Amino acid sequence: MAHATANAEAGRSDEIMVDLQRVNKWYGDFHVLKDVSLTVRRGERIVVCGPSGSGKSTLIRCINRLEEHQQGRILVENIELTNDVKNIEMIRREVGMVFQSFNLFPHLTVLENCTLAPLWVRKMPQREAAAVAMKFLERVRIPEQAEKYPGQLSGGQQQRVAIARSLCMMPQVMLFDEPTSALDPEMIKEVLDVMVELAHEGMTMICVTHEMGFAKSVADNVVFMDQGEIVEMAPPAEFFTNPRSDRTKAFLSQILAH
Amino acid sequence: MEETLTRETQTPARARPRGSRDPIGWARANLFNGWFNSLLTILILALLVWIVPPFIRWAISDAVFGAATPDECKAASGACWAVVTEKYRLILFGRYPFEEQWRPLFGIVALVGMALLSCDRRFWGWQLLVIWALGLGIFFVLMGGGVLGLSPVRTNLWGGLPLTLMLAFIGIAAAFPIAILLALGRRSKLPIISALSVGYIELIRGVPLITLLFMGSFMLPLFMPTGVDIDAILRAQVAIIMFAAAYLAEVIRGGLQALPKGQHEAAAALGLGYWQTQGLIILPQALKITIPPIVNTFIGLFKDTSLVAIVSLTDLVLATRQALGDPEWRQFFIEAYLFIMVIYWVFCFFMSKYSQHLERSLATDRRS
Amino acid sequence: MAREGLGQSAATASSGVVWWRNPTIRGVIAQVVVVVLLVAVVWYLVHNTITNLNERSIRTGFSFLDQEAGFAIGEALIAFAPTDTYGRALLVGLLNTLRVSLIGIVLATLLGVVIGIARLSSNWLVAKLASVYVEVTRNIPLLLQLFFWYTIVTQLLPAVREALEPVPGVVLSKSGLQFPIVVGDPTHLPVLGVLALSIVAAFVYRRHAYRRQRETGQEPRLLWPMLAIICLPALAVFLVTGAPLELDVPEFTRFNYRGGASVTPEFLALLLGLSIYTAGFIAEIVRSGILAVPWGQTEAAAALGFRRGLQLRLIVLPQALRIIVPPTTSNYLNLTKNSSLAVAIGYPDLVSVGNTTLNQTGQAIECISIMMAIYLTISLLISAFMNWYNRRIALVER
Repeated sequence: MAHATANAEAGRSDEIMVDLQRVNKWYGDFHVLKDVSLTVRRGERIVVCGPSGSGKSTLIRCINRLEEHQQGRILVENIELTNDVKNIEMIRREVGMVFQSFNLFPHLTVLENCTLAPLWVRKMPQREAAAVAMKFLERVRIPEQAEKYPGQLSGGQQQRVAIARSLCMMPQVMLFDEPTSALDPEMIKEVLDVMVELAHEGMTMICVTHEMGFAKSVADNVVFMDQGEIVEMAPPAEFFTNPRSDRTKAFLSQILAH
Repeated sequence: MEETLTRETQTPARARPRGSRDPIGWARANLFNGWFNSLLTILILALLVWIVPPFIRWAISDAVFGAATPDECKAASGACWAVVTEKYRLILFGRYPFEEQWRPLFGIVALVGMALLSCDRRFWGWQLLVIWALGLGIFFVLMGGGVLGLSPVRTNLWGGLPLTLMLAFIGIAAAFPIAILLALGRRSKLPIISALSVGYIELIRGVPLITLLFMGSFMLPLFMPTGVDIDAILRAQVAIIMFAAAYLAEVIRGGLQALPKGQHEAAAALGLGYWQTQGLIILPQALKITIPPIVNTFIGLFKDTSLVAIVSLTDLVLATRQALGDPEWRQFFIEAYLFIMVIYWVFCFFMSKYSQHLERSLATDRRS
Repeated sequence: MAREGLGQSAATASSGVVWWRNPTIRGVIAQVVVVVLLVAVVWYLVHNTITNLNERSIRTGFSFLDQEAGFAIGEALIAFAPTDTYGRALLVGLLNTLRVSLIGIVLATLLGVVIGIARLSSNWLVAKLASVYVEVTRNIPLLLQLFFWYTIVTQLLPAVREALEPVPGVVLSKSGLQFPIVVGDPTHLPVLGVLALSIVAAFVYRRHAYRRQRETGQEPRLLWPMLAIICLPALAVFLVTGAPLELDVPEFTRFNYRGGASVTPEFLALLLGLSIYTAGFIAEIVRSGILAVPWGQTEAAAALGFRRGLQLRLIVLPQALRIIVPPTTSNYLNLTKNSSLAVAIGYPDLVSVGNTTLNQTGQAIECISIMMAIYLTISLLISAFMNWYNRRIALVER
């Protein structure tokens, strides 16, 4: 615990990476995000948790504009997300995302999955892109699978490739949308290990996850969402031992029960 | 407690931006999102304004309905639906004796009723056999006569919609057992049987139906022993059955392939033999999931029966063309064609909707 | 006990079992029975056929192919006169089948892709209109649609004297469609030669652009440079040689239009019917193919920063095409087989000509076999291509 916190302090600075100001969003009549405000600084690691349907996935999907917010402001590295496609593409280049269902490109090899975006979006030469890709594939411990197709890998391996694919774009912020929820229990650890390592290297991360162990050991702050609003936000030590809101208590007692 | 940091009460919902419920918001989201879509919408609206009102004028306002002479029709600027009033008996029943035409009418009712009952999943099982035996039995008694005091009517007088329905329904019913054997044969491990099945299926699927109909009408009589004459309708029916069997076999094979291998293994573990395994375990499951594609095959077959018009059977299409052979009415071909297009369309459209509905409900069945 | 029993039967499976319970022997017997039955049936049919043919004194064999046909064919891609042989008549029919099928395939694909994409449009009106098209064309028999178009062309269109001219030079009347064509000129040859070379050059450029991307990361610009490489040199040669462009425009003489190129009403109706009907099916394939690519793929591509065009080109289309191509090929096959409905409206395709031959010679078995063999060959060729393509693009799975 202490070790993790110390490490976390190391990568921190006061530079604001992601800033959400009173963000609101509706699906038809359903109010998914209610006046959500959240500030994430460089090197900060946020874990977002909450019951399903609480809007936590929607929240992080708004940060790279996979969902459009309707009111409020979202700034990433001081660039505001508007309808301007240039802004959106600029922000998406700096924000990596890992999905619950991996979403690897099945028609490309693992290596091609990793080099495609650097080649076309970062305009990196092939050789350089391949070198970067191999570096990150080694980091997630599957360089030997580079020539295989996603369909030939296990779920845990696929998710690690997905993380490597995002890292190849050298993002400033990484978003994780329930990265372990679709995995078999024995594979969760291999993915979490990679994420913990990433956190120790000082990556700015926003993770939607139910892995409370991960939250306890790495997060700087834990955000609890319910019914579209941020109910509580606190460092893990405080969040888990002394939750303030009854809704948080109810949620924690449910999730920690088993 | 510092209640400032936590929020136990819900924020009152703020004014929601214009959503999809009100018409203006709906139009903006669905018709005028972006300049390209706005342009398309305006172009299409212009096109519709240009086409639809004249069409309605032609088809309804200026049209001649009910009984009328060709001259009255020519005087009017709209459609001449009188051609349908005048010829519908010929179109629907062909040259079936006029006084007896209540019989093909009830024949149609029997076949359609049989099809409707088959849609009900409660009857999927042995009841289906009874329903089809009854439906087709009633149809043949009504059409052919010779029993129950009905005067006999030779098949060369059968025509119109009952003929079309009969070719399709008998086609699918008779093709069904053959198709099951072919599908099992194609998956069989016995080399000769599987080669024969593959050969038959690929041969039939590789040639147009019309060549099979030619085969039925020109070659089938040659195959028969001297003196045996086969009915023209039967010749076409045989060709249609052969055709349907090959396509149906492929559909059923798809269903067999979709079953997990575990089913075979479980059946073998229970000590069942080949025919018991297929009949009790594999086929009931495979056929259930293939019913939607079977319905689609049937729709195709129903449309394809129109080809018998080329070998001079008076089905719905040829009956209509014979009706249009009347020089008085020939110029109103659009109205007559539209009439039978609507008939075909209604049958096919509702069958395809049923098949889609079935596919969804079977899919949810399997998930739960 | 039970276990012992099982072990025993397993041990004796190959040796001491009663022979009729051995699955291998059962399989052999089943096959022998099927073959014997089949041979008996075929023998019976052949016997009947030979008796019947002798009785009706119908000749057999394919020697009729070398005899004079004695009938004229309305339209032919190669010269044909009634004094030519049946064999040549059938060849003319086959060429006509291929002609209407190939043009029909191109038109049906264009129309089908447009309508399939239109069904996915975010514009409600466009999507609704496209789905009406699909529901109407797919649910009415093709033969009926053919009769409908044919009667419209031959009855509703004006006579030649009052022919429609929607665009100057394009003449539409009861006797078909006539349109202008470019008159050949000796200088056109070098222009075409340059054009062919330019197309090769454009593809060389494309390869070069991709290689440069791999080496320097520079994004390949393809559309405009390739168009320029293809068009400009040919245009230059064309202008240098004095731009001799003479159009042969249909002109009204005393009784009809002369000049230009023309297609018959039969061809027009068949082409229209086949394309419109098949396009409905292709539209559905295109729509479901695109929908079958999970939305997550688009999202992942977007999250990596690909712009919309690249998302489609690099991620969605390659996956959608895998799903779209096989059923589309089988629809091409269906279109080719459906072109046999030409016989109903009198377009001289293979089946039409074969049917005439059959009626004149009475040799049904030979004529029908020839037709079937030709269609079967086309089908097998197309499905061979399809298998090759499927193997090439199959996704590698565990």
